[in-house]
Amino acid sequence: MADAILTATDLVKHYPIKGGVLRRTVGHVKAVDGVSFQLMRGETLGIVGESGCGKSTLGRLLMRLEEPTSGTLDFDGIDMYSKKGSEMRKLRRDIQIVFQDPYTSLNPRMTVGDIIGEPFDIHPDVVPKAGRRKAVQDLLDMVGLNPEHINRYPHQFSGGQRQRIGIARGIALNPKVLICDEPVSALDVSVQAQVVNLMEKLQDELGLSYVFIAHDLSVVRHISDRVGVMYLGRMAELGNEDEVYQHPTHPYTQALLSAVPVPDPTLRGKREQIVLTGDVPSPANPPSGCRFHTRCWKAQEKCKVDTPELIERPDGVGAHFSACHFAEPRLVIETVDVSDVEPDERFSSTEVVDPGALLERDGAATTAADDVVSDGTQQGEPVGEPDASREDVFREEVRGDAPDRRDI
Amino acid sequence: MSTISTRRGNRAEAAAAPSKYQPQDGLLLEVDDLFVEFHTDDGVAKAINGVSFDLRQGETLAILGESGSGKSVTAQAIMGILDMPPAKIPAGQVRYCGHDLLTMPEDERRKTRGPEISMIFQDALSSLNPVFPVGWQIAEMFRKHRGLNKSESLDRAVRLMERVQIPAAKERVKAYPHQFSGGMRQRIMIAMAIALDPAVLIADEPTTALDVTVQAQIMSLLEELQQEREMGLILITHDLGVVADVADKIAVMYAGRIVERADVYDIYARPGHPYTRGLLDSIPRLDQKGQTLSAIGGLPPNLTKIPAGCAFNPRCRMADHVCRTDLPPLREVEPGRESACHFAEEVLRG
Amino acid sequence: MTNAAISATADPSLDAGEPAGEAHSLTSDAWRLLRRRPIFWVSAGLILLFLLMAIAPGLFTNTSPTAAVLKESRATPSTENWFGRDVQGYDIYARTIYGARASIMVGVLATLFTTLLGALLGIVAGFAGGWVDTLISRITDVFFAIPLLLGGILFMSTFQSDVNTSYFVIVMKVVLVLALLGWPSITRLMRSSVLQVKPNDYVQAARALGASPWRIIRQHILPNAMAPVIVVSTINLGVYIAVEATLSYLGIGLTPPAISWGVAISAAQSGLRSAPHMLLFPAMFLSLAVLAFIMLGDAVRDAFDPKTR
Repeated sequence: MADAILTATDLVKHYPIKGGVLRRTVGHVKAVDGVSFQLMRGETLGIVGESGCGKSTLGRLLMRLEEPTSGTLDFDGIDMYSKKGSEMRKLRRDIQIVFQDPYTSLNPRMTVGDIIGEPFDIHPDVVPKAGRRKAVQDLLDMVGLNPEHINRYPHQFSGGQRQRIGIARGIALNPKVLICDEPVSALDVSVQAQVVNLMEKLQDELGLSYVFIAHDLSVVRHISDRVGVMYLGRMAELGNEDEVYQHPTHPYTQALLSAVPVPDPTLRGKREQIVLTGDVPSPANPPSGCRFHTRCWKAQEKCKVDTPELIERPDGVGAHFSACHFAEPRLVIETVDVSDVEPDERFSSTEVVDPGALLERDGAATTAADDVVSDGTQQGEPVGEPDASREDVFREEVRGDAPDRRDI
Repeated sequence: MSTISTRRGNRAEAAAAPSKYQPQDGLLLEVDDLFVEFHTDDGVAKAINGVSFDLRQGETLAILGESGSGKSVTAQAIMGILDMPPAKIPAGQVRYCGHDLLTMPEDERRKTRGPEISMIFQDALSSLNPVFPVGWQIAEMFRKHRGLNKSESLDRAVRLMERVQIPAAKERVKAYPHQFSGGMRQRIMIAMAIALDPAVLIADEPTTALDVTVQAQIMSLLEELQQEREMGLILITHDLGVVADVADKIAVMYAGRIVERADVYDIYARPGHPYTRGLLDSIPRLDQKGQTLSAIGGLPPNLTKIPAGCAFNPRCRMADHVCRTDLPPLREVEPGRESACHFAEEVLRG
Repeated sequence: MTNAAISATADPSLDAGEPAGEAHSLTSDAWRLLRRRPIFWVSAGLILLFLLMAIAPGLFTNTSPTAAVLKESRATPSTENWFGRDVQGYDIYARTIYGARASIMVGVLATLFTTLLGALLGIVAGFAGGWVDTLISRITDVFFAIPLLLGGILFMSTFQSDVNTSYFVIVMKVVLVLALLGWPSITRLMRSSVLQVKPNDYVQAARALGASPWRIIRQHILPNAMAPVIVVSTINLGVYIAVEATLSYLGIGLTPPAISWGVAISAAQSGLRSAPHMLLFPAMFLSLAVLAFIMLGDAVRDAFDPKTR
């Protein structure tokens, strides 16, 4: 595990703010301002933070979709930011991305086959031309979609199915690292779990390393081995899932964890809630010293002047990275270990295959299958066709019912 | 200014005449067998198919559902803000203090929006008018409905902004919506919604667009206001976490029907419908480690052709013949809890 | 609006029972919508008719447009001469049919050139950004400031034609001036369209895969940014036909002996009171042609983007 595949050192991305008649640079939005971390082979590193903390910019920097203002990124021994042209293109095979919005991440004028096959067109030496169709169908199968749907267009699929297509495109070139930028935040609760399970399965099968960027702390806890908490362009805390969630030492992490609602009414009023005052300051004009000092209940003079470094600080059990002068562990959530609890398969399943897609392949289009629960796989009628169109329509029609789903 | 004592105990700064709407035994709102459909080129989308529930003073009812479940349409039907056409309400009643809102003349109904029932939306930015200062927009409520003059109404607006904890309210009363953060805008929306001291407040995904830390602030503000004014609160959301924190009762919706209704503690401890159970199994929990997520397979149905029998049957792992033919009614399966599943007892046994 | 949105995205043939794996591209959906609109068929029919007139006028008449029967000058419509005769005694029906060629040629060629030039510059400006964008945008603004008609008059009167100038050269001159003055609107449209498409995640995904700029433009940007340009170009085609007629009417476009609707309208002016049919028929054809292209443009717009309806 100690083998790092991706090492970011002091990544900085400042966007100039133009102002005045002459469009001169009058300041900078410090979207990412000195972030360092390592991603180990085969692990999932979760990056959490609220909007404007720079987590998405970080994702783009890791993909080199944005050029950094400064900093280095070492990918498996290669300095990624020094590579150009064909060398960079070759490197892209090994690091891919899955986007948040399944509605804008697929070109509406291309078939699913063309979308998933595009990686092979760009890197023709990966799969010989004759084998591409087969390769695309294998990928569809792998992400739990019906391989026969290769000629369909994105708008014929639902949000969850589109996200599977996006994932298939991401893993087509057999990358080593997959950057996942809020891959499940736009999905309905019941569909989220399908996609999360799929991503976990793919990681096991393909030995992928994930950088999983999300604002949903529960999802991140579920999927991540290690977690980094970002605040205003900087990493506030970084450690194992256990360390960050059970012994958080940074006040921001503590506040964040305490604010997440837990689906258990018996905890109502029993959980301590740290209510932060005020809003996140603007990244164009971040506070001096510790960026969190304007909202921190522990802040002292020192915090306004000295920038706390992200170094290992004791957390009561051991030590992990935290950027707070006054880091001390605090129990915010009681964690229950449910590793050995078997899920009750009578109501839901851990299968990753999209039942709608599979059933169609079986030809069980309209007739009901009698044995609904048999041999552990789900049968029954397809739930309509993969008929995203109407779902989309309903999104528009029933305003507020769906568009921006962000569950915590 | 005299404080008039009315049904609502602590009527903050009310200068209104006593309302003609007085709740009977605390019963504010009764929705009775409501149907809503959308007539489209593509057929009739049955968004709501026989929804009934009621709301009492000081009660928080959460309507929980995924996209397309009909939860927002229910709210819009109660508020009377559905676009008709394409929407149509073929049957049902929405009674507010015994008066059917659906058959009420439009101008009378309009007068209920604000002083009696009001609503906050998910997207505060698009709900506020960008070209007027926020204070002016809040003050307009008092000018229009209470006939207050400019300085009085502005004064009230400032006090309301203070009440919803907007810092430096006096200075910011002249600021425009875009000058506020998302959380502050949602507070302004809340201020406008409670300005006329409504008896019923409908909150449609009020925190969905906000960050976690801000979400917590807004939810606690809403709770506080609700208790202070003894409002009936309908919270429409897809978020099981938020519901667990604030609701008294929950109605779970699926494909335009309420499939389960119960007290919040009961539903989380022992769900009585396979859909509710599946939802609870499919959310990752912050307080658990090593959890196995299991998902409900498939997709919610297309509302233009909802499956026969129980709408959930194609996704339900318990479904039997009867589920494909007979529509299970919402029935009381245990005292105080209702489920629309043929096998509710079995589900409840766990 | 909701209705429209529904009919756009929801496809009836996607219903259960339909064999799986059937493809429905956005273009085929648009075509399906278009097919259902009578206005599309009417305008398409008219355009086809005019195109046919331009290519093979012989199909419509056996009468030569240059056969003058002077004694029947200004004869009113009759069974023999459907549209009557003009001052010179030419058969108006034949001249109207033959006149289509100039109009259609000017319209089609001018549209072709403005669209190619405009779209190219728009893509470059929108995709490249930075100083390239600034430069192109400023030049566009300069040209945009010249009124089409005024510019046309100036240009045509500067480079005057005489009796010896061939028909084709005059047509090309008109096309040139229209192209020269017409591209800025297309450039602007294309640029904004590209700017809208560019930030989409699918473009980012292609970049992340290492796609070349050329590939990104061809595969992702162009197909998604073309629709508004196609619509406006179709409408412009009608406009250019009208401009050609205007220039000819003013005597600086095509001039006799060339045959065109503008020329005919100009000639009809002299005897307008006594022989209004001389004006009526060419003017009617002109209006119909312009209308047909504008209606087609509208129908295509609705099909591509039903939300605007």
